[in-house]
Amino acid sequence: MQPDISIQNVSKIYADGFHALKKINLDIKRGEIFALLGPNGAGKTTLISIICGIVNLSEGRVLAAGHDIVKDYRQARSKIGLVPQELNTDAFETVWDTVAFSRGLFGKAPDPAHLEKVLRDLSLWDKRNNRIMALSGGMKRRVMIAKALSHEPQILFLDEPTAGVDVELRRDMWNMVRGLRDKGVTIILTTHYIEEAEEMADRIGVIREGEIILVEETHRLMAKLGKKELRLHLQAPLDKIPGILALEPLALSEDGYELVYTFDAQREQAGVARLLRQLGDQGIDFKDLQTRESSLEEIFVGLVNE
Amino acid sequence: MNTHGIRAIYKFEMARMWRTLMQSIASPVISTCLYFVVFGSAIGSRMGDIDGISYGAFIIPGLIMLSLLMQSISNASFGIYMPKFSGTIYEVLSAPVSYVEVVIGYVGAAATKSVILGLIILITARLFVPYEILHPFWMFAFLVLTAVTFSLFGFIIGIWADGFEKLQIVPLMIVTPLVFLGGTFYSIDMLPDVWQTITLFNPVVYLISGFRWAFYGVSDVHVGISVGMTLLFLFACMAGIWWIFKTGYRLRS
Repeated sequence: MQPDISIQNVSKIYADGFHALKKINLDIKRGEIFALLGPNGAGKTTLISIICGIVNLSEGRVLAAGHDIVKDYRQARSKIGLVPQELNTDAFETVWDTVAFSRGLFGKAPDPAHLEKVLRDLSLWDKRNNRIMALSGGMKRRVMIAKALSHEPQILFLDEPTAGVDVELRRDMWNMVRGLRDKGVTIILTTHYIEEAEEMADRIGVIREGEIILVEETHRLMAKLGKKELRLHLQAPLDKIPGILALEPLALSEDGYELVYTFDAQREQAGVARLLRQLGDQGIDFKDLQTRESSLEEIFVGLVNE
Repeated sequence: MNTHGIRAIYKFEMARMWRTLMQSIASPVISTCLYFVVFGSAIGSRMGDIDGISYGAFIIPGLIMLSLLMQSISNASFGIYMPKFSGTIYEVLSAPVSYVEVVIGYVGAAATKSVILGLIILITARLFVPYEILHPFWMFAFLVLTAVTFSLFGFIIGIWADGFEKLQIVPLMIVTPLVFLGGTFYSIDMLPDVWQTITLFNPVVYLISGFRWAFYGVSDVHVGISVGMTLLFLFACMAGIWWIFKTGYRLRS
């Protein structure tokens, strides 16, 4: 299937010489939720801004819904909705006016029924006649989302949508994102809340210093890199791992007091029970045990620090 | 052509005018009224006619031009500066609108406001001094042409400005002196020869002269030259805007 967004050899060098993106290649499939992770300054927002037409690319090309974003910018941009990171809203306009403005700007004929639905879905309907400046930060964030959805985009960019957002809005937002995905909307988001990416995204891309260093389906990434560890603090030190346990993925600490068993978080966990039984059979007692799982966050931190 | 997009920008800008009615319409009308009271009625009654026109009537075209230029520039420059300042410009940049459409929306709205304002001042002037309009069609054409030209100029200033101060500098420091020295209050024939020559480098002379011709059939320079100079400035502004969008100057990095 043709990708919904195809980023081909895209580089960006700003006027001050800063090399923000280096030969990025990335395909995003129709209808998937793609999470772009990366530390601050890695180039996430620059990449999104290029696709949306806010920043010019220095080299390469991007196709959005099959249209070149430079040559066929009208077709490309009319398919894209953007919720930027900053809360940039008008102040004196009403919620209704600003959302209607967005729809018109993106070339769509007025459709009050659609706008009403968008506002109701985002719990903004009661506020439709309020001036934006009278709204709270969370409500303004909802307004920005409503603006992005006003023209029924096929592709939606959410740049740090949950930064500084309360629990309720976060929950509403993820419900909305799921609902949009069910309708076939392609969603690209950046987030610092890695558990959200883990929970929401179909695929995850990691960007570091302007380069995509990894793109993987979320569950595969977890399977590949998500390890669990069982640490056993022994009553008496061991010189070496007993022969019968030699085939197990075990490591012994230098002082001999700690056995570390590493296993795959995704696989069945019978190995732990077997190990403990065998230790009992060998008469190896332990006074404490801990298990820990590497989260996407650790995977991510590991990757960007490499 | 994204007509919905143009309409959205135009409507947004016009709504801003109605919201700021005092600032957009009332204050220039009041200040123009004060000019009429002071120069037209009070002082004007003691002054002789210029080119056979009573002084009060003589200054009407210049005063309308003064407001028209100031308001065109300030409307258009604010219109595009505010989204840059608040950050909402991202939406216009990411929208499927061409730069011509963006300019039509913003400049069209700014020029519309200025023309409305010019007509209001014209009607208000009637309360103070009697006047006639010899060429109403040309009067309106000059009004629209000047409003569009200086709204384009204001648009450029709004893009260029990176602070509120810069928005004010050009109207206050450049346009106001040019209008006052451009024959609003006198015919340039009344100046010494040297100053007459210098004055001809002031582009506003041509605007006021042409506009006055539309009212009374008399002008400092030939009306054709007035139209030509105005068009020249119009094209210069268009070229400036074309360059801005081509290079992304202060809009798209």
